[in-house]
Amino acid sequence: MDSLLNIERPPVYCPGCAHDKISHTLDRAFQNMGLTGEKIVMVSDIGCSGLFDTFFKTHALHGLHGRALTYAIGLKLARPDLNVVVTMGDGGQGIGGAHLLAACRRNLDLTLLVLNNFNFGMTGGQFSATTPLDAQVGSGFLNQLEHPLDICQVARSAGAPYVTRCSGYRSDLSDEIQRAIEFKGFSILDIWGVCPGRYTKKNRLTPKAIEAALAELPPMEGVVLENNRQEYGTHYREAAARQNPAGDPFKIEARFVPPQPGRQEVVLLGSAGQRIITAGEILCLAGLTAGLQTTQKNEYNITVLRGPSISELILSPEEIDYTGIERPSAVLAIDQEGVDRRRAMFENLDEDSLVVQFEGVQIPPCKARVHRVDLKPRGIKKPDWALASLAVLANLGQIISLEMLAAALKIRFKGKILENSLELIKKAGKAHS
Amino acid sequence: MSLTLLEGNEAVARGAVAAGCRFFAGYPITPATTILNAMLSLLPPLGGVCLQAEDEIASIGACLGASMAGLKVMTATSGPGISLYSEQISFAIGSEIPIVIVDVQRLGPSTGSATRGADGDVHFLRWGNSGGLPVIVLAPVNVADCFTLTVQAFNLAEKFRCPVFIASNKEVAMTRESIDMDALQIPDIVTRAAPPGGKSFLPFQVRAGQGVPDFLPIGGEILVRQTSSTHGPNGYITTDHKEIGDIINRLKTKIHSAVDKLSFHEMNTAKNAETLIISYGVTSRAAKAVFNELKNTNRPVSLLVLKTLWPVPATVIRRAARDARRVMVVEMNLGQYVHEIERTLPDKPIELLAQMDGRLITPQAIKEKIVHG
Repeated sequence: MDSLLNIERPPVYCPGCAHDKISHTLDRAFQNMGLTGEKIVMVSDIGCSGLFDTFFKTHALHGLHGRALTYAIGLKLARPDLNVVVTMGDGGQGIGGAHLLAACRRNLDLTLLVLNNFNFGMTGGQFSATTPLDAQVGSGFLNQLEHPLDICQVARSAGAPYVTRCSGYRSDLSDEIQRAIEFKGFSILDIWGVCPGRYTKKNRLTPKAIEAALAELPPMEGVVLENNRQEYGTHYREAAARQNPAGDPFKIEARFVPPQPGRQEVVLLGSAGQRIITAGEILCLAGLTAGLQTTQKNEYNITVLRGPSISELILSPEEIDYTGIERPSAVLAIDQEGVDRRRAMFENLDEDSLVVQFEGVQIPPCKARVHRVDLKPRGIKKPDWALASLAVLANLGQIISLEMLAAALKIRFKGKILENSLELIKKAGKAHS
Repeated sequence: MSLTLLEGNEAVARGAVAAGCRFFAGYPITPATTILNAMLSLLPPLGGVCLQAEDEIASIGACLGASMAGLKVMTATSGPGISLYSEQISFAIGSEIPIVIVDVQRLGPSTGSATRGADGDVHFLRWGNSGGLPVIVLAPVNVADCFTLTVQAFNLAEKFRCPVFIASNKEVAMTRESIDMDALQIPDIVTRAAPPGGKSFLPFQVRAGQGVPDFLPIGGEILVRQTSSTHGPNGYITTDHKEIGDIINRLKTKIHSAVDKLSFHEMNTAKNAETLIISYGVTSRAAKAVFNELKNTNRPVSLLVLKTLWPVPATVIRRAARDARRVMVVEMNLGQYVHEIERTLPDKPIELLAQMDGRLITPQAIKEKIVHG
């Protein structure tokens, strides 16, 4: 096959730069694989490794420092047939560490070539994540304080199924690059090289010295058996094919008449774990069965099973603009935490408002009509009080009717949950008949 | 007529799918998470991809990659995530990568209040990119807008090859509301333009009379280059100041020259109104309540609800304010968009009602401001 090097834009590296050699080696790998440019996308980011995409006649995407892997994910998931080859430097590895870890864990079929020359070449030879402690670099003494990162050990422990540490001067490097590209999964090559423009001005590093240093380390070459598993993209598509279509949201026709005319505002005051939000949704759905416009605005703390939970509901034959509630028609005081959060609201209540006060809940003095309920003797437990409170409302002829409530439950629930909830509202209704 | 109960975030997700979105990547954050949840139930069964990435930077990066492969893409986050998106947003602007970005605003600054609404990112969205180039920002008022403006956002992203923001708010996004799905005004779907013939393709070449380059995806027969570097038409980094100036000016002009075609708004005119209220997002609903209440009184007000915030719909604002003796801006922050109104209406007295404490601005507060100034 023909070379994919871009003759109009030959490599512009410093004389003796390892990157220059590796770009030709990569080209040889492409040729050996018989790949044409449109089958490849080169993804690069910032630094000298970020020039790679310009040297090849392939598709190319060049982006922000350390983020090459992020673009590569999107490209590969959108086009599984493409060979996605990512180049990053040791600098990009440092700044984009989270993406490296995620790529290793994810095992999407990408090939990452880390062009590791132990410093930031372009900005003045500052230390990178791989700079040795004893190197002389453009960051003064700082590199003596930070332990260098072993990219391959990290990749391996993060789950990369193909990891190679090698010299950029290795004679069979093009074969190794080919194996990495052909590997079905995430492959990473940590390729060590010389940066004559910066690093070797003050540090002695030669291809021979690299060989010697690599020989001191435990070998990392190719497939990591313990990390061998299904490739992410294939796995994703298989799992996705088994998902059921989401379906359309319920469309509800009006078939009932609400017990009261006009706009009704309801506030449920409870606590986390009482399914306040679900009860609010049921009330809205009940409103829909009578052709009412509805809004549901919720308030809760970011904690899941602790703290107040409040739902504000408006049911109206007219379009609803403002979604806040200042003077509700009904307040369901189900738990102290919710009541305490909205103490100020009680001052606004007048005789037109109804408060349903659950046993054990203290409410501030107010002018509203108060209806006390105790559902414990009926065997209704606290997590069900919110839903039960809707039946209490319906039984009092307020806001919704029992048939609207039952219809809403049939829309929202199925099977056993529906049976239980219908049973629950019957029980709660009886408690006040 | 039938009604559906839908949350703003789910309406955004369904609008996106209706617009042809087939790639979503996000990172969980309240109050945007339910968009991620909805996309996860919607996209995979359609053969699309929904990804929970390792962080926000990766989420938007994956979207940019998928967009360059030709897919319609969306991501969603809140203020803290927009901060992390920032440089990738700059990339999308400068390199003309279509993407819809939903910012479900919560009360800031910083991690702020996860479950409290605000419209505090209005300037952040406009100016949160390196280079200060213009973007498009749409602001939904209700669940119906969440659906239709998301479709519009995709159309604009495709047409202008740029990021388009949905400036949502916890109070719209996580509020459930009844909606007549059959009555939605859904625009025709727009898809980025491919070059005619296609043989002499340069990735950033603009045809005569056009402001936006044609698009070919990475991975097709013709090689495509994309780069975050300042580039010429060929997609290679350039040092030619003319090429640099040309592309930067075009990035500005393509958005600004189209403003009158993308000025979504709702004008509510009351006869003999001396006061014009200008508002947007959830706050405009309180203003609408005031408009309705006062329209048949001896003190009516008119109301302009802006649904396009950027580019500033100056023509719409000037037209709405023509007969107003007094203009009042109502917004859920410390006063951000009011500066654009002051700039657009230099001869009008502009008043501000601003509140940023996690609560909705009430109709009562607006009425008091109208009466007492």
